[in-house]
Amino acid sequence: MEPIKQFSGTVCPLDRSNVDTDQIIPKQFLKRIERTGFGQFLFYHWRLDEEGKENEAFVLNKKQYKDASILVAGNNFGCGSSREHAPWALLDYGFRVVIAPSFADIFYNNCLKNGILPISLSEEQVGELLHTAEGKQTELFVDLEQQKVTNNNGFSAEFQIDPYWKQMLLNGWDEISLTLTLDEQITKFEKSAMVKG
Amino acid sequence: MAPKTIIDKIWEQHKVHGEEGKPDLIYIDLHLIHEVTSPQAFEGLRLNGRKVRRPDLTYATMDHNVPTADKNKINDKIAHKQMATLEKNCQEFGIELADIHHPDQGIVHVIGPELGLTQPGKTIVCGDSHTSTHGAFGALAFGIGTSEVEHVLATQTLWQSKPKTMEVKVNGKLAPGVAAKDLILAVIEKFGIGVGTGYVMEYTGEAIRSLSMEERMTVCNMSIEAGAKAGLISPDDVTISYLKGRRHVPSGEAFDQVAARWQSLASDEGASYDKTIEIDASEIEPQVTWGTNPSMGSSINGNVPYPDQFESQSERESIQRALDYMGLEPGTPINEIEVDYVFIGSCTNSRLSDLRAAAEIVKGKTVHSGVTAIVVPGSQTVKLLAEQEGLNTIFINAGFEWRESGCSMCLAMNEDIVPPGKRCASTSNRNFEGRQGNGSRTHLVSPAMAAGAAIEGKFTDVRNFQAALA
Ligand code: SF4
Repeated sequence: MEPIKQFSGTVCPLDRSNVDTDQIIPKQFLKRIERTGFGQFLFYHWRLDEEGKENEAFVLNKKQYKDASILVAGNNFGCGSSREHAPWALLDYGFRVVIAPSFADIFYNNCLKNGILPISLSEEQVGELLHTAEGKQTELFVDLEQQKVTNNNGFSAEFQIDPYWKQMLLNGWDEISLTLTLDEQITKFEKSAMVKG
Repeated sequence: MAPKTIIDKIWEQHKVHGEEGKPDLIYIDLHLIHEVTSPQAFEGLRLNGRKVRRPDLTYATMDHNVPTADKNKINDKIAHKQMATLEKNCQEFGIELADIHHPDQGIVHVIGPELGLTQPGKTIVCGDSHTSTHGAFGALAFGIGTSEVEHVLATQTLWQSKPKTMEVKVNGKLAPGVAAKDLILAVIEKFGIGVGTGYVMEYTGEAIRSLSMEERMTVCNMSIEAGAKAGLISPDDVTISYLKGRRHVPSGEAFDQVAARWQSLASDEGASYDKTIEIDASEIEPQVTWGTNPSMGSSINGNVPYPDQFESQSERESIQRALDYMGLEPGTPINEIEVDYVFIGSCTNSRLSDLRAAAEIVKGKTVHSGVTAIVVPGSQTVKLLAEQEGLNTIFINAGFEWRESGCSMCLAMNEDIVPPGKRCASTSNRNFEGRQGNGSRTHLVSPAMAAGAAIEGKFTDVRNFQAALA
């Protein structure tokens, strides 16, 4: 996966709570066997109307957010189904950072594994970001090393991230290769615990 | 020794590697696989020249995409390709597969327990959020994403930070006519869909102990709807007797040994949890959800809420949006809401006891005109057993369709779709916008409540039916 260290981008404010993965990518698009090309289906039923035309009222379609790469949303983002197609769709559409007061566990993990940085900030901080980005194009600057989010209007917030995942994201490491360096230990565990099929 | 929870015990027994400030490397005892979340994982293995480390601990089936009207007619080409891909992957990597024609085929969370693959003390994962179902046996079972599926295939382990523990204490007893589904819906209604975030929940208390294994699965299944990573129940005699004689469970003397080990896993008296929540089971009534997430629910005798009953602006907005989507007026009595579709199925409520509960209501009656009602057994085994009891005849005579096993209308990936604007009483677990089809409106209920809605054409307190039967 692509490393992420410092990142700046346009904010897209999605002021909704409990956005579930069925909304992020509806199930009719889960039948593909590839990992790529899911961006066209992102927020499908919100972004497009019944005839497949863009729904102008939906925030992603507004011209000031067209090039957004940082999504800011309400709490419990990514709840529901475990589909990794959700972060694949976000990434493919161009999002590298998602900011929300809280995330569903599986979705959060799935982001980390695909080089998307999920950042959880307080309700007030997220509220401020949503407010600032309302109706206009705003930039945010994310520094993973410093664990900081800033903008030009004086916004500054620190965020928490597990040090392990921080390293993985900073370096773009492949988790499986890392685990396989512990192969002997796994084998030893299997013998001692007598894991049976 | 300090008393421990079952979660602590399972964690300790599965820790392969741990370092300060890092997640632990946890061994996985059982990896279940289905057609939708696995193709990209196998592709990843191939690209890197990796093998499946323990095909013998891996088991696959097809459920999400399979047609339920006729197994031999897979009209959707892309779905067909996904199933063919799973078959090819299982062959290539030596994994046992219950394919669409196999007698063991079914929803992955129904067949794991049925075959005895699901056992107390195991760590169980699957690329599916309702893996929490298996927690009913006292297993630590949770859903994972496709990258993690690939990781487990390659290494049989996962990096996991130890989750916090939450006790969900269900005191008292469920009243007659109130189902396990009502219990878990009431818990989610009371505490919200975020209450479990970051936790593994252990359900305890008198009401839980008196549930059958199948009912416990219904409860644990929906832990994820409360935001929890997993939900589980300490094993007891009910667990042991369910498992005895199942195909993948040891028999004879070996069974006694393993059963004793299982019993010892139960949380110790006095073990402490990071958080405890409590609910009184005796106060719970049959539930119906009216909104677009599982916490937006009410008892059958309640009303659709008014948005201004809620405190925060954002809450009011989300309630209003839900009501708009659902096409409901505030203040409408729940038992006046009319339904167009009834779906009895899904990994929450498609086991034999669920079908029995529904059939009891349906017997000798007719599905209300204008209602389309389908029963989708959770597995081929459930289907067969139900047919041996004549449940299929009861349903068919009443006007239900009797289908092949699969996920079906729970997520509407196959042809079983609720059309836009139509209202469905569903025994599944999610009522998100569009879950059962674009524009579909889902109300989550128990199997008996779904059956009652099919007969009456609207939601009804199923206890009235049951009183008439008694
Ligand atoms: S029945 Fe529904 S919830 Fe269960 S595994 Fe299938 S799609 Fe998921």
